[in-house]
Amino acid sequence: MKRLSAFNVVSLTLGFSFLYLPIVLLILYSFNAGRSVAVWGGWSTKWYGSVFENDQLLDAAWVTLQVGVLSASVATVLGTLAALALARYGRFRGRTLFSAMVYAPLVMPEVITGLSLLLLFVAVNLDRGFWTIVLSHITFTMCFVAVVVQSRLASFDRSVEEAAMDLGCTPFVTFFRITLPIILPAVISGWMLAFTLSLDDLVIASFTTGPGATTLPMKIYSDVRLGVKPEINAVCSLMVGVVTIAVVIASIMTKRQEVERERAERAALAGR
Amino acid sequence: MSAKTLGPVRRKFAPWDDPSSKPLIEIRQVTKNFGSFTAVDDVSLNIYEREFFALLGPSGCGKTTLMRMLAGFEEPSAGQIIIGGQDMAGIPPHKRPVNMMFQSYALFPHMNVEKNIAFGLEMDKLPKGEIAARVQEMLKLVKLEQFAHRKPHQLSGGQRQRVALARAIAKRPKVLLLDEPLGALDKKLREETQFELLDLQMQLGMTFVIVTHDQDEAMTMADRIAVMDKGQFVQISPPAELYEHPQTKYVADFIGDINLLEGRVTKNERGRITLDSDVTGGVIDVHADSSAGAGDKAWFALRPEKAAISLLPPNDPQTNCAHGTVWDIGYVGDISVYHVRLDQGGSMRASIANTSRVVERPITWEDKVYLTWTPDSGVVLTK
Repeated sequence: MKRLSAFNVVSLTLGFSFLYLPIVLLILYSFNAGRSVAVWGGWSTKWYGSVFENDQLLDAAWVTLQVGVLSASVATVLGTLAALALARYGRFRGRTLFSAMVYAPLVMPEVITGLSLLLLFVAVNLDRGFWTIVLSHITFTMCFVAVVVQSRLASFDRSVEEAAMDLGCTPFVTFFRITLPIILPAVISGWMLAFTLSLDDLVIASFTTGPGATTLPMKIYSDVRLGVKPEINAVCSLMVGVVTIAVVIASIMTKRQEVERERAERAALAGR
Repeated sequence: MSAKTLGPVRRKFAPWDDPSSKPLIEIRQVTKNFGSFTAVDDVSLNIYEREFFALLGPSGCGKTTLMRMLAGFEEPSAGQIIIGGQDMAGIPPHKRPVNMMFQSYALFPHMNVEKNIAFGLEMDKLPKGEIAARVQEMLKLVKLEQFAHRKPHQLSGGQRQRVALARAIAKRPKVLLLDEPLGALDKKLREETQFELLDLQMQLGMTFVIVTHDQDEAMTMADRIAVMDKGQFVQISPPAELYEHPQTKYVADFIGDINLLEGRVTKNERGRITLDSDVTGGVIDVHADSSAGAGDKAWFALRPEKAAISLLPPNDPQTNCAHGTVWDIGYVGDISVYHVRLDQGGSMRASIANTSRVVERPITWEDKVYLTWTPDSGVVLTK
């Protein structure tokens, strides 16, 4: 392997520090014994303890978790269906428009997504609260699932499905017994991605929420405006932990899938 | 090497010559268009029970499309497909009495060998015990008993091919469709597997329809071969007839090696045809049937192994004889092919079986040679 030059070492260090130093500081200060968020006063885990006694924070976390699981699950179903439509029905009328519309939310500023959803909810006179947050999170995470699943479907051998149907399987059962198990890793990583996106979201949730539904990012943001308490550091560290675990699982699944596919391909070539 | 058990002897089998026999598959004037492209162009064909039928042609000739229409993955744009007396129009793949073995094998990657084979039986909702028994029987048939719990990616290409085959025949379909079944195997394995497939077909008494671009494969295995070109059948015949009596230059050229000598018909009476040929510089006398009339342009088609090569001129060098110079010798092992540049221009090939081990050939490069043949060794083609 090539040795890193001094320039590479410096740029890597700077780049990673830029990315991770704030988070490292955050986690470090969550173990701070003192009340101040900026002055070190020795090690302690007491802020973690007080997080679990703060009902408001726990309520917000519970809301966030419910929103995340619900919206990620629905978004996964819808996103997978969109990916199937895009990957399968080759050249239907308006395909380009459809795919552009599926992917547009990826690059759409969140403020615009949030505002337009708010306008929609107001227009149809929907009471804003828990369910409107779920709906808006489904909307903006669905496209991420579609992208992940579609990239898996691109390398899917359709004759496997044909073989199942040829053996007497109806198209409906074929999807559940053949297609879904094969693309399942991609579907799961899509779900993980949707879940973490929902967990992190502040902007869209702020636009679409109503009284009584406060997500954790919203709670943190409003608390911080009144002054940063060390408790917040602890909550944020916990969130970093959850998101990291989800992302790591998703990437391991994707990697595993790739390795397996490569191995299968190698075996196929060796068998020739 | 263990002694291989040979299957039953193949007897003469020609239901297509018997007007009273009822075909199992009837393809009636079937056409398939993809947009403005016609993949299959108004073809008709009968396939009989227990027949081993091959669709042979270059890629893009429509053979795979025709097979996919039999399996139900494509609907004909026009025409009718009848299998076992039942019109297949509108019947989806999962309700057809045929099974297919895919070119890519299409094994289910998330199921082991046993589960793959059992899949079709489970779909038929057979009792568990019967499924297990049938899977064991199939595993034994394709000699994969000890691989029952392996996943497809843990198998070699040849083993996967067997799993695909076992899975396709487990339901005992009336018709088994095989799409390039041996395409992914190496030559040695392919030849072995050809004979295994033949034995299997005899044992099971199933009708096999195979799609292939490999003429050796079709010739070795099939009872009849349909040669396809541009979506149409050029000729449907048993292998020997296809080889010895090709009806067009396309078939003659596609199946095996052939010399096509252009000439003009001077006489055609009672199966005796005489041609004047500029290529040989003499007369070609043929005992064969042809519709060619006097004055027509025609080609004399002669297989290289039916031409004799000699350093000495024959008694009558003006009839059924061409002379030239040996330009190249292709040593294949069992035969040697002599490429001869004719004195009149053009070239011919003659192949000689190497029945002796002497490597020094009496005829070598640059030799002046005479190629001769008997009147019944070739055919006359007009198109």
